[in-house]
Amino acid sequence: MRVVRALDLSQLPTYAYGARSLLWWATLGFCAIEGTAFALALMAYVYLRLKVSVWPPSVPPPALIWGTLNTALLLGSCVPNFLAKKAAEREAIRPVRIWLSVCLLFGVAFCGVRALEFTALRTTWSADAYGSIVFALLFLHTTHIATDVGDTAVLTALIFTRHGRGRRFVDVSENAFYWYFAVLAWLPIYVMVYIVPRVW
Amino acid sequence: MVASVPIDTQVHDTYFVVAHFHYVLIGGAVFPMFGGFYYWFPKITGRMLSERSGPWNFWLLFVGFNLTFFPMHWLGLAGMPRRVYTYPAGLGWGDANLLATVGAFLIGVSVLLFLANVAVSLRRGEPAPDNPWHAGTLEWATSSPPFVCNFPEIPIVPGPEPLWEERGERRLAYGLRADVREVLVTHLVDATPDHRYTFPDPSIWPLLAALATTALFIGSIYTPWAVPIGAVPVAVTLIGWFWPKTPADEAEA
Repeated sequence: MRVVRALDLSQLPTYAYGARSLLWWATLGFCAIEGTAFALALMAYVYLRLKVSVWPPSVPPPALIWGTLNTALLLGSCVPNFLAKKAAEREAIRPVRIWLSVCLLFGVAFCGVRALEFTALRTTWSADAYGSIVFALLFLHTTHIATDVGDTAVLTALIFTRHGRGRRFVDVSENAFYWYFAVLAWLPIYVMVYIVPRVW
Repeated sequence: MVASVPIDTQVHDTYFVVAHFHYVLIGGAVFPMFGGFYYWFPKITGRMLSERSGPWNFWLLFVGFNLTFFPMHWLGLAGMPRRVYTYPAGLGWGDANLLATVGAFLIGVSVLLFLANVAVSLRRGEPAPDNPWHAGTLEWATSSPPFVCNFPEIPIVPGPEPLWEERGERRLAYGLRADVREVLVTHLVDATPDHRYTFPDPSIWPLLAALATTALFIGSIYTPWAVPIGAVPVAVTLIGWFWPKTPADEAEA
């Protein structure tokens, strides 16, 4: 058997963006799993709603102010995330540093307002089924946001060190992908927590 | 077969069912399993199983299995219930049951012979070449037993039976680094090489992250405070896991 070394791989790049990247597929899989968790929690809300005639059973609906402000913040945060993603895919370190920092500021501001949202629920997880499910929805989404803010903080720190090159740009790009998911997942939860108890 | 209602009504809970599902299981799973064992034993161990005891293994099993289970069809149709260990004398079921018992012993002899073959061949079996069967699939391209890395250099796969398409020439892809854990990532559909991905070196962080996560969730059974407090070690271990280490990090340049 003659052995021919036919294909040289040594000149291939060590990372790639988008659907060529393993990280993109991992993030997509994560979104599929967590999206299912969100869908299940939303269905649990609908199920509980259908079990009673008065909803919310004992308290007024959550105050609109902080949740609505946070929705606006979240939608606004897509802009720096988009710019950070585009800059990362151009591997332009200065705009990446700037826009990733802006993303982080948006995330931290969001978490601050989220704390106020919990106080505006006017119920708690142990009050009744209604309190449990709105708390669960808000908490579930908060864990995703908190994870991504922590993730963004570490990545922002890294991007300012000597590690701010190569694969870290892929991380920045996928970090924005995950943030889009957290934003998208919020919209049905916002409607369910804040609008549904007012109209249904 | 017993999904057909008239047949099921007739043979339900009789020895016919026992006969039928053993034919399905042994014919459908046990014989292929033995076949697979013979086929891949050389690749796994680097030694051939004995060709002399192989046919004995097969014929003893084949005859023993038919002798055991074929009479049970008749026994079932004759009314013998399953899951009852005995039956009254004088029903005429004795001879067929004796035949089945003889068959069962033959199966036992066959399996013992197989185990002996494995034990002896592991030590004194004929050394196996890379591809003793002239098979077409990729596992037969590497050594028997394989390297820990499977292939020191990756064979180029032109089709579903790559070894039959070689025509005396093995084409390899080369150039992955051996000093860091590089793997080849290809395009999804046409499998053309795309980039070299560096996997991390062995690290204690995933274990620490798993322990921290376990502590968080077990603690959360007893107090909700376990969630915010337990999140701290989880975050620390995940960050430690993610943080780039040298020299694997240098490989990214």
